[in-house]
Amino acid sequence: MTQIVGETLDPPAAQQGAGEERESVVIRFAGDSGDGMQLTGSLFTHTAALVGNDLATLPDFPAEIRAPAGTLAGVSGFQLQFGSTKIFTPGDAPDVLVAMNPAALKRNTDALERGATIVVNVDAFTERALSRVGYDVNPLEDDSLSAFQVLEVKLSSMTIDAVEHVGLGRSDAERCKNFFALGLVYWMYGRPLKHTLDWIAGKFAKTPEYVEANQAALKAGYHYGETAEIFAHTYRVPAAQIEPGLYRKVTGNEATVMGFVTASQLSGLNLFLGSYPITPASDILHGLSNYKEYGVRTFQAEDEIAAVSAAIGAAFGGSLGLTTTRGPGVSLKGEAIGLATMIELPLIIANIQRAGPSTGMPTKTEQADLLQAVYGRHGESPTPVVAPASPTECFHMAIEAARLAITYMTPVMFLSDGYIANGAEPWLVPDPEDLEPIEVEFHTEVEGFHPYMRDPETLARPWVRPGTPGLEHRIGGLEKEALSGDVSYDPHNHEHMIKTRAEKIARMANSIPDAEVFGEEEGELLLIGWGGTFGALRAATMQAQRRGMKVSHMHLRYLNPLPRNVGPTLKRFTHVVVAELNNGQLRRLMRDEFLVDIQGLNKIQGLPFKVSEIMARIDELLA
Amino acid sequence: MTTTTEALTRADFQTDNDVRWCPGCGDYAILAQVQRVFPTLGIPRENFVVISGIGCSGRFPYYMNTYGFHTIHGRAPAFATGLKINRPELSVWMITGDGDSLSIGGNHLIHVLRRNVDLKILMFNNQIYGLTKGQYSPTSEVGKRTKSTPMGSLDHPFKPLSVVLGAEATFVARTIDREPKHMAEMLRRANDHKGTAFIEIYQNCNIFNDGAFGHLTDRKGKKETQLTLQHGEPLLFGKNQEKGIVFRNFAPEVVDVEEVGLDAIHVHDEQAPLAYHQTLAQFTAPELPTPIGVLRAVERPAYDEMLNAQIEAAVDRRGRGDLTKLFNSGDTWVVGER
Ligand code: SF4
Repeated sequence: MTQIVGETLDPPAAQQGAGEERESVVIRFAGDSGDGMQLTGSLFTHTAALVGNDLATLPDFPAEIRAPAGTLAGVSGFQLQFGSTKIFTPGDAPDVLVAMNPAALKRNTDALERGATIVVNVDAFTERALSRVGYDVNPLEDDSLSAFQVLEVKLSSMTIDAVEHVGLGRSDAERCKNFFALGLVYWMYGRPLKHTLDWIAGKFAKTPEYVEANQAALKAGYHYGETAEIFAHTYRVPAAQIEPGLYRKVTGNEATVMGFVTASQLSGLNLFLGSYPITPASDILHGLSNYKEYGVRTFQAEDEIAAVSAAIGAAFGGSLGLTTTRGPGVSLKGEAIGLATMIELPLIIANIQRAGPSTGMPTKTEQADLLQAVYGRHGESPTPVVAPASPTECFHMAIEAARLAITYMTPVMFLSDGYIANGAEPWLVPDPEDLEPIEVEFHTEVEGFHPYMRDPETLARPWVRPGTPGLEHRIGGLEKEALSGDVSYDPHNHEHMIKTRAEKIARMANSIPDAEVFGEEEGELLLIGWGGTFGALRAATMQAQRRGMKVSHMHLRYLNPLPRNVGPTLKRFTHVVVAELNNGQLRRLMRDEFLVDIQGLNKIQGLPFKVSEIMARIDELLA
Repeated sequence: MTTTTEALTRADFQTDNDVRWCPGCGDYAILAQVQRVFPTLGIPRENFVVISGIGCSGRFPYYMNTYGFHTIHGRAPAFATGLKINRPELSVWMITGDGDSLSIGGNHLIHVLRRNVDLKILMFNNQIYGLTKGQYSPTSEVGKRTKSTPMGSLDHPFKPLSVVLGAEATFVARTIDREPKHMAEMLRRANDHKGTAFIEIYQNCNIFNDGAFGHLTDRKGKKETQLTLQHGEPLLFGKNQEKGIVFRNFAPEVVDVEEVGLDAIHVHDEQAPLAYHQTLAQFTAPELPTPIGVLRAVERPAYDEMLNAQIEAAVDRRGRGDLTKLFNSGDTWVVGER
């Protein structure tokens, strides 16, 4: 553990007072997969966090593992927004684009708005590189970029000069250019270099020449900004009002990992993960594989079906069974989830959604597995569904998924998506004392035992671990006689059991919190969302409220069953809009349940909502 | 309440569920042997778990008074793996059929074997689909006429033992529903094996494939068709053990023992190189006698044991994890009061 105390909430002395103050800034670093853009972005993020900004980040990886260098398909990007107020999203449009080559420029120009700053590595704009991405004319030489402030920097050659004294080969020297670029951006925003210098020293401790070269490149970039006077402005982003405490930067998948480990600790159950690698869920498998000393057992199965089946086998044995995947994996697991519904054992299925159907767009986000989560099985098999709204919230909702699965003896679907899975934000690390234990009771009493007797409140059946003397019994996929659990084909018993299993899930609404309504409890427009669209919806709602519009935002973390206050809340607004990254799935569910004329705001492009897109809809409805 | 093992009898393992297999089905004989052998294994009843897939064999757990789990078609190995990893102290027995384990569940079967999870797998091979009423199975002979193959089946059948040896199973045996004593011995041997023990049990489906193994069970003929394997003993068969197997250039040959002398007959070795066991697995009467007994029994660490050893090693190295440790790991920073 490297615990760093945020030593400074002040920009370096040179920048104090200088620079124009900004509430928030969006930066996108873009380059070839090999240019280290993810690292560059992460280091900027780290420093921003340490100087006290709030922030949100989003990587944009190429789908191909090793796309050819210099091609559009090989562009890797990292966007972050940092600010002095609460930051909800990685930002709509970058204020600054750092483009390491023509491909990075071409891929990202459309994302920019008038007035944005573009820093280009002019050394990479060779005729060959330009024609490779289809530029007939060098965009730096015609007026196609006239809407922007373009800073042409000889990033490659200046980096090579700056690290010459270290004596690396030319190509090794050139590879330090991302640190030069980072140094330059640090100067633009008056950021201290210390954290990154320390990081470099630690990371390359075994190869001192890399420490020296990368540090030299970083400083050279910073000094270049200071001396070259090519920038019209520098900016200052003061620290945000952040709740004091211990922080850690987490992606959604990291928070999910922590959440499930925590659920295991809170319940006293060993966590078992059965999983088959699939993007963007694999990082959860990787993450949990590193928590063995917490009793976490991970099993990379031969396929998706074996993964979920092993998790159910683990639950049968009295462990906390988890399986992780994305939509097509859920399709394959459907039969086993039906069995878990029938045998009433706890199970968590984490679906990290991405654009589908089928292989779809592997690195792009989407929220199109909601109906699959709620309905996508054979037979009458109601399944609870929860969905975190942000990267850090994955932690809490993972615990909730486990609590509901254990308390109600049922499979539970945890729906995350690529956007929150890979996005990162600062996480206020909780105090273990503040977390509620999850109660688990293994049944051991022989007297009066029946495998399908039920808790009168939750309707959960008892959980019995094999190895318990005197309680030997059989479970399976055949219909159960109520109480005894013996196989039964009695018509009335079947109907009774179907209704009982449905009632059990419906009663879950008793133990989930009401949905929070942000803004007035009644008004002209209620915006409803779920999952990773939270940031954009909340930011738009706040903008609209500042403009005096009667807009409220309700973000649902529990999608099946829905919280009790959802129905009544809908009826208190003139317009209700469900905004989601699919063709209207939650909207369909809610119209079905509440018979209210709900409208949709839908985007199905593999991309998150922009705040401006939501504002446009608000304006259209209320202006 | 049963916590001791001494008093256990066959009756302790019977349930009061009506057994619903067709009268005369070979499954009855298997059930009876399992119920006779379990009480003798020195394992408390509550530590037995019987897990099945789907098919006629899938009903097996309902008739065993142990913990039981009737899962889904073909996937029993995965359920059993998840259970065994988490509860290594349990004795986990998996019941499957030729369709369940070689058709829909082929993938899981080979993977559980290569991992060598400590499970006992009993595969009832009746060379037909019984529960779905008589379609051909992946072990049915070519040309089999069934409801789904009115002009005869086209696909070449699997030899189950050859498939599992291909996955380098550590324990491979075969027995027959009509040979209760032999079956009991195989069950005991499987129980003693550490790792996945696979037993193919030829089982007569008297409704849809009656007599499929008649040549192996027929009182008069069986001595000519069965090759009973014993570790360290020569490969002999025939009415008076007058025939033997020798290998010439890897090719098996039936010889007259008197002619070649007993010493020339190949001696069975459960730990021999895999190629030998594979060759045995190809033996099919009437060309070569069908082997019965333990073909292969070798040692290899069990997956569940190794996995749990990694957990212990991690605890030794880093100390047992708790929430305080968890929350303070990684790159953290403190935001102070302002
Ligand atoms: S169909 Fe065949 S295998 Fe199934 S119970 Fe009847 S006889 Fe036995």
